[in-house]
Amino acid sequence: MSTDAVLSVQDLQAWYGESHVLHGMGFDVRAGEVVALIGRNGAGKTTTLRAITGIVKKRTGSVRIESHEAIKLRSDKIAKLGLGYVPEERGIFATLSVRENLLLPPAVKPNGMTEAQIYELFPRLQERARSQGTKLSGGEQQMLAIARVLRTGARLLLLDEPTEGLAPVIVQQIGRIIRDLRSQGFTILLVEQNFRFAATCADRFFVVEHGRVVDQVAAGDMEAKSGELAAYLGV
Amino acid sequence: MSYQALMAQLAIGVSNGAFYAMLSLGLAVIFGMLNVVNFAHGALFMLGAFVALFLKLKLGLGYFPALLIVPIVVGLVGVLIDLTMLKRLRGLDPLYSLLLTFGITLVLEGIFRYFYGSSGVPYSAPDELVGAVDLGFMIMPLYRFWVIVASAVVCFGTWYAIERTRLGAYLRAATENATLTQAFGINVPVLLTLTYGLGVGLAGFAGVLAAPIYQVNPLMGSNLIIVVFAVVVIGGMGSILGAIVSGFALGILEGLTKVFYPEASNIVVFVVMAIVLLVKPAGLFGRAT
Repeated sequence: MSTDAVLSVQDLQAWYGESHVLHGMGFDVRAGEVVALIGRNGAGKTTTLRAITGIVKKRTGSVRIESHEAIKLRSDKIAKLGLGYVPEERGIFATLSVRENLLLPPAVKPNGMTEAQIYELFPRLQERARSQGTKLSGGEQQMLAIARVLRTGARLLLLDEPTEGLAPVIVQQIGRIIRDLRSQGFTILLVEQNFRFAATCADRFFVVEHGRVVDQVAAGDMEAKSGELAAYLGV
Repeated sequence: MSYQALMAQLAIGVSNGAFYAMLSLGLAVIFGMLNVVNFAHGALFMLGAFVALFLKLKLGLGYFPALLIVPIVVGLVGVLIDLTMLKRLRGLDPLYSLLLTFGITLVLEGIFRYFYGSSGVPYSAPDELVGAVDLGFMIMPLYRFWVIVASAVVCFGTWYAIERTRLGAYLRAATENATLTQAFGINVPVLLTLTYGLGVGLAGFAGVLAAPIYQVNPLMGSNLIIVVFAVVVIGGMGSILGAIVSGFALGILEGLTKVFYPEASNIVVFVVMAIVLLVKPAGLFGRAT
């Protein structure tokens, strides 16, 4: 694996209770890259993110973040390595206001965005700052979930299905945000069911099946490989 | 029925309600965050009263220093209980922690009964709080009045800390989704231990307030805690506002029952609990899950 990898996952195994979900997951993400994990429902994409963040505790193998081994660390310590996690279904807290949601994650690295910069990027969040977090629309909640980790100074972002259940116009907007973040030098690992969306913003794709990577495709080879990808994804 | 008698019972009711509110507040915070039904709450309330007594007898420290020191001491005892025992039960069925804290109650009460019997030791109110206060519409024992004010301030302070501060936002977030909160880099295990310390610290504070009223007695916690659990259930398990409001409301209701139908005054809280459970099983302020 390349040495400039911000995130390097090797032979990652993970279990939910007794059920063995990841079977030797391995891939790497280089600085400034957007990498997408694609694959069918239940292939282990979300579990991979949850194992990287330490939310899934029963795991073996190696997860290196900025060359720190994270496999034995607790989830709060892993976040402090500079990881920003945008979970599946957004994870907005109902008992917190929009502003409290935004301010919840502590800074993990210096030079995170200020609250003012965030509001400039997402003016809607300022208008609704005092509302209950879950009173926002789905799209606004997704913006909040992304904005929340931009404040922390994390430079490696894990996004779990950021377009799930959202209207096409919002999906386009999120695509713009991801491309924008890449141009600012963020490193992003994206999990997507929506392959056509992933194709608009990722540099490389790892195809996940049965808890391991079965293929790797660079953005440039998409056309040539479209037949195989369709077969993997069952579309 | 004289106006004075009604008012006297009302005053006692409100000040009893002040104890219910402080104790059920601690229980609600602990339950909401740790999912622990803290049966040791009454024993730690009793411990608070005894620590106040020891401070006076051994160190010559009076009531007001005790109000500050005792919550810290009892809070630290809580931290110790959590780190050495309760912490090992995280993630298990709440029944285990209920049994553990019930056991702690038996041990604590046993120790104090061995040394002090069950009759109790008097603890006098400070001179500044002896006497009566004229509120215009009634004359009230100054100490009862003080209990109500102190409890209202502490309840409001706790509510404010939880609902309006950064640390409170961490607590609420961890109550709602501990896993995700921790994945954002917040040290949830430490937060849980501190919450237990804070919750039982409130019980310690209530214990000091109670000492001049009830005497310092190894069983003073057990006598109160059953009613307090009913208050928590009525307010809604884990609801902070529910605990405060229903604490005061049920104290008043109990006082009024003593005036109009004294025979029922010991059971009125439980009758209310049964009705609330029938009509609103999650409690008055609880969210149905």
